Amino acid sequence: MINFLCKQLYIIWSQLVTLWLVFTHIFKKADTVEYPDQMPYMFPRWRGRIILSRDPDGEERCVACNLCAVACPVDCIALQKTEDENGRWYPEFFRINFSRCIMCGFCEEACPTHAIQLTPDFEMAEYVRQDMVWEKEDMLISGTGKYHDYNFYKIAGKAIGGKGKGEARNELPPIDRRSLLP
Amino acid sequence: MAKITVDGKVFEVDPNNNLLQELLSHKQDLPYFCWHPSMGSVGSCRQCAVIEYANDDDQRGRQVMACMTSPREGARYSMDKAHQFRAQAIESIMTSHPHDCPVCEEGGECHLQDMTVMSGHTYRRYDGKKSTHNNQNLGPFIGHEMNRCITCYRCVRYYKDYAGGTDFSVQASHNHTYFGRFQDGSLESEFSGNLAEVCPTGVFTDKVFSKVYSRKWDLQSSPSVCAACGVGCNINPGERYGTLRRVVNRFNDEVNGYFLCDKGRFGTGYVNSAQRISVNMSRSAHDARPSEITPVDAKAKLLAMKGNAIGIGSPRASLEANYALRALVGKDNFYAGVSDVEFGLLNQVIDIYQNRPVHIASIKDIEKCDAILVLGEDVTNTAARIALALRQSVKNIGKEMAARIKLPMWQDAAIRTLAMDKKSPLYILSSHATRLDDIARQVHIGSAADSARIAFAVAHVLDSSAPAVTGLSDAEMALVNSIATDLKAAKHPLVVSGTSSLEPALLNAAANIATALGNGDQRGNLALCVPEANSLGLMLLMDGSQNSLGKAMQSGARQAIVLENDLYRRAPSATVDSFLSGLQQLAVLDHLQHRTGEAANLVLASGTFAETTGTFVNYEGRAQHFYATFKPVAAIQSSAKWLCDSEFGNEPRIHILTGGAAAILPNGYKLQKLTPGADWTFAGQRAPRQHHRYSGRTVMRAHLNVHEPKQEQDEDGLMNYSMEGVPATKDATIFNSPWAPGWNSNQSLFKFQKSAGGELKQGSHGERLFDENTGAKAWYAAVVQQAAISGFAQFPIYHLFGSEELTAQSEAIQAKATGAYVALNPADVARLGLGASDGVQVQHNGAVPYLARASITPGTVGISVGLHGLNYQNMTTAGVSLNKAANWQNPKDWRASNIIVSDAGSSSAYGRGTQG
Amino acid sequence: MFEFVVGSPLNIVLILGAVLVAAALLIWVERRVLGFLNERLGPNRVGPWGIAQSLADVGKLITKEDWVPPFADKLPFIVAPIIVPVVMLLSFAVIPIAPGVGIMDLNIGLLWVLAMAGLGSYSAMLGGLASNNKFSLLGGLRAAGQMISYEVFMGISILGIVILSDSFNLREIVEAQHKHGWFVFPQFIGFIVFVIAGLAETKRWPFDLAEGESEIISGFNTEYSGMKFGLFFVGEYIGMLLLSALIPVLFFGGWYAPFGLELPNAIISGIFWMCAKTGCWIFFFILVRAALVRPRYDQLMNYGWLVMLPLSLLNLLVTGAVVLAQGN
Ligand code: SF4
Ligand code: SF4
Ligand code: SF4
Ligand code: SF4
Ligand code: FES
Repeated sequence: MINFLCKQLYIIWSQLVTLWLVFTHIFKKADTVEYPDQMPYMFPRWRGRIILSRDPDGEERCVACNLCAVACPVDCIALQKTEDENGRWYPEFFRINFSRCIMCGFCEEACPTHAIQLTPDFEMAEYVRQDMVWEKEDMLISGTGKYHDYNFYKIAGKAIGGKGKGEARNELPPIDRRSLLP
Repeated sequence: MAKITVDGKVFEVDPNNNLLQELLSHKQDLPYFCWHPSMGSVGSCRQCAVIEYANDDDQRGRQVMACMTSPREGARYSMDKAHQFRAQAIESIMTSHPHDCPVCEEGGECHLQDMTVMSGHTYRRYDGKKSTHNNQNLGPFIGHEMNRCITCYRCVRYYKDYAGGTDFSVQASHNHTYFGRFQDGSLESEFSGNLAEVCPTGVFTDKVFSKVYSRKWDLQSSPSVCAACGVGCNINPGERYGTLRRVVNRFNDEVNGYFLCDKGRFGTGYVNSAQRISVNMSRSAHDARPSEITPVDAKAKLLAMKGNAIGIGSPRASLEANYALRALVGKDNFYAGVSDVEFGLLNQVIDIYQNRPVHIASIKDIEKCDAILVLGEDVTNTAARIALALRQSVKNIGKEMAARIKLPMWQDAAIRTLAMDKKSPLYILSSHATRLDDIARQVHIGSAADSARIAFAVAHVLDSSAPAVTGLSDAEMALVNSIATDLKAAKHPLVVSGTSSLEPALLNAAANIATALGNGDQRGNLALCVPEANSLGLMLLMDGSQNSLGKAMQSGARQAIVLENDLYRRAPSATVDSFLSGLQQLAVLDHLQHRTGEAANLVLASGTFAETTGTFVNYEGRAQHFYATFKPVAAIQSSAKWLCDSEFGNEPRIHILTGGAAAILPNGYKLQKLTPGADWTFAGQRAPRQHHRYSGRTVMRAHLNVHEPKQEQDEDGLMNYSMEGVPATKDATIFNSPWAPGWNSNQSLFKFQKSAGGELKQGSHGERLFDENTGAKAWYAAVVQQAAISGFAQFPIYHLFGSEELTAQSEAIQAKATGAYVALNPADVARLGLGASDGVQVQHNGAVPYLARASITPGTVGISVGLHGLNYQNMTTAGVSLNKAANWQNPKDWRASNIIVSDAGSSSAYGRGTQG
Repeated sequence: MFEFVVGSPLNIVLILGAVLVAAALLIWVERRVLGFLNERLGPNRVGPWGIAQSLADVGKLITKEDWVPPFADKLPFIVAPIIVPVVMLLSFAVIPIAPGVGIMDLNIGLLWVLAMAGLGSYSAMLGGLASNNKFSLLGGLRAAGQMISYEVFMGISILGIVILSDSFNLREIVEAQHKHGWFVFPQFIGFIVFVIAGLAETKRWPFDLAEGESEIISGFNTEYSGMKFGLFFVGEYIGMLLLSALIPVLFFGGWYAPFGLELPNAIISGIFWMCAKTGCWIFFFILVRAALVRPRYDQLMNYGWLVMLPLSLLNLLVTGAVVLAQGN
């Protein structure tokens, strides 16, 4: 009984302390940044508008692997793989429905080529919802975005125009299958 | 059955199988690469390592490969203890593996990805240089990316040992091993497509699919049946963004097992063809300009013909569509849309199946047979999957030898070594060399009539009560005796024939041999190939009616509804012309534009197999149900739905039509077993057509309208056009494609099988409509009609790629096909004075190029069937006169290099001989 | 100068107008104060300091589609939101604001307030039931259970005051306090129970289980939108105002100034002090909202019946005994 009462008193005390602590916050300075009068500093890794970047050679980085699309929890990425005459994969179309996107960044996590990146641009409102459907042409930037050096095709074993078999990083020249030498 | 303990768990296993297979049968996750249920074990990949303990006291045990181990009664094994070894094994396999997954067609359904994860090799430690390989161009079907190889040897074991291909091998040694051809060039095997499924990595991939690539999880798919020939292989078509992307094998232990032919796999491009009829058109008179009409008007116009029109059914349309047409026009006005010769032959096939004491051989049965006679059927080109099965049958001698020395059946390499080049007997009687000659004990070239006489004689030798034949030469009698001896000695003798040689006597002779092979309860195996996916279904719906196409054309009807048919492929052009011009109103329902459609007043866009649901009846009378894979554009509907009037409620659910057809077919009640019932659900859910990882749902149509439409509905029930529904791992009564946690590739199939490689736990493998006839032996008279021949005696030549009407419209098939031609003996070529680039004027037909083939009997001519540029129906049985064509230039679609013949020493200017 | 007489039309118009304006303003005040308590700014864009925020809100609510879900039970669905503001305003009729300022001087004022509060629970109940939606139903159910239970202790908790002041008339209760001192001291337990029960009655945080947006979307008003929702909303704020006014009247001496800080004019002084005390309580309730977390429903009910009820009964018993003892 005594214990119970003590416990009840303690609970009441704790509620009062809470009230007091919260009350003291009224005298603290508000953290609010008065956007848009005041533009906030956006961190480079902020997850805002999505772009598609290019590799250091200026070629489209996306290889149309579909991993971002499958990672996307709201299924708002759709693309179609195609390839150029030398076998380089790239997306024929690449579409994001930003009216569905929740800016979770999973697509960027999933991307094996650093092609798809979220940027600090968060001002994405549109008056017409249809305008929130973006195609590759709208998203493809001319630079490398946040990751400057990565060039997927320089590492992959697949040959593309300008890079034959055995010319990727850490590769031996192609084997002559008619030779019996070790 | 033996009891074994694996990591403390006790399993009942079959000691005749290897341990890997048995563990997989118990749904254990043990990695493997080189073992394949259809090809046995060779123990080359070292992935399936387990620890085997000598006895209960043994604490260390020894490492063995599960796929090379027979489970011992009472033995103790551990999968866990060998985990580290497996991780190391795969790590070394992967040292040179390229950094390719994102640009690899295998990614997402890669057995190597799955096994790497499962084996626990998660981080690459090797940072040395990777060895690399150059790729080869292997033709239009199969892509090659040799860097990804893990040297499991499955490809070469499949291509050479299983499928009998000759232009593929393993080359070089140690870590230079290379799997490919000697030089670049199109793969010759008609079963090359299976490489894409057999190879556990992305070395061999589907090149046609790669052009329009989508990941497996993005493909909407459904259980379906191949519409390209009469075998009825089970397939899984996959759709994305409204077009059909690819076809992969769907396992059915009784039909196609794990493998398809290349026509079925690569021949569905016509579904997306620019030639597709995608709007409904109508015109008032034959010469008026057609105008587009709405589906509602189109249907009204079609139904208005009821009562006045005759209906011409189709052997490539579903049972349901044919039934709906029959119901619309009435039984008496319903005609079979096959050539008159074929009409007779198909009726004969049904008669044999129903009234002779024979066992109709499924492909599973065929693979068990150990002595085979092929009668006048070029199986590789008319029913390719059966040819692949026959290649397995001739290996049964090896299995028999192995059984004698108690070698387990999965010891693939050992059995091959044991058998060397011994083969079970296979005889071929044909009018030209065929692609199976390399496995034949003896090939006899002769006309179909000759073959029939020899076959009748064989029957007589086997059973003296069968009618005898006189007038055979000594050489022929020797052949007859040797065939009869081998068939008699066999445990499971088989006769394969079919309609393609267009010779009724041949079917009778085949029936007589199979009957003669009957012995007590055991009946001779008989497989009669039929030309199209639903040839037998259509003929069974005729229900004894003698309404052939010829009768339709003489019926004097003024209105006709033609279902999925180009009459110009079924009857002589002149006859069709006069029939069509006599019509006031002609309605054509079809997928692709053709000459009959051009003459129509009303053209209705009908859905292909990929867009509709229905039933096909294959060569053995097996009814199989196929589910629509995707919804076509609104103007396209299934023929069955077009043809239904208010009697069925205008747009009935498909099972109502199936039920209608069932009332007509023999054993029709079995049709309802094909599906789990029209209102089937599991825990209130239907089966999904989309994978649970299906992506892009909220954006794929967003460029058209950001407001997402309602998911498409399937009125026929059972499956959803969405990801919603019961997962296959919960209930696999109907499932789109196999997938299990950790098993993203097609290797996950074992999770759905009763035992690894065995039949499916749920799901239908079709229903055979013909009861086994157990009556007394009866014989067909040994009569062979022989018309008087003037000029050359002609026989048909079929091509896997090109002879079939629809697949011929697929780009990939066209790349392997050719235009029409005639095949002649080199002596006849010289006699006709033909130069290398001359053409041949064919009587009743135009001029075509020719091909010289040494195997063809002088005085006979092989005439291509179905290829563009020649109507085989114009030919008469009375022989054909050939002349050198004037001012000849080879047409563009003449691609002789695509014709692969096996005539020894063929001296043709074009044909390429390959070693038999 | 006007003559202030309780119940004069002028009085009625002014008081009702003031209450409505105050309620509307409260919506904004609450959001701003909450903002400050959370180290934010709160709505500060519409008008100076965002003062016209409520106007904007009302504009929005009024222009929204007045929608009745097709599956709802029409009549009760429409009636339910009207009940709250009406009964709350009716309760206000008996609140004494200053000498001569008030709408009604009722002998049974206290009972009247309790009766009105009892009626108020119909609103949430009907709304939840008529919406024909499982979340609404749950919300309505919770509201009914919670309001009816806490009404019991609320009633009992103020009986001590009735005993002490010998009257149900709110004006007389205020006068009694002027004579004997604030009732908060002799009736401390009653006061605590009353405040807690009052919070539960108005379904304000932390007792907002009937809405519980993290569990049942928006509870009984899930299906409401537009001005119907607005009525619930406004009703709730009038309720809060009412409670904040009732507490000073019952426990803190009503309009009488503390510590003899009378302003020269009795009426102005009364209005000022009444407003000041009410304001303090409003602030307190906002603070509670900012600080305390919502209990589980079973905790709420347990607390009510196992702690509050015995406490209030005890309070009543002791008060009665003491008064009896003193009276004798
Ligand atoms: S940020 Fe998230 S929701 Fe948006 S596209 Fe990427 S994965 Fe999809
Ligand atoms: S994950 Fe990256 S590379 Fe792959 S499709 Fe998406 S953006 Fe392209
Ligand atoms: S074969 Fe498999 S593991 Fe190798 S690159 Fe292709 S998807 Fe990746
Ligand atoms: S190519 Fe494929 S099937 Fe052949 S050995 Fe390599 S990984 Fe195995
Ligand atoms: S599967 Fe056993 S060694 Fe390859």
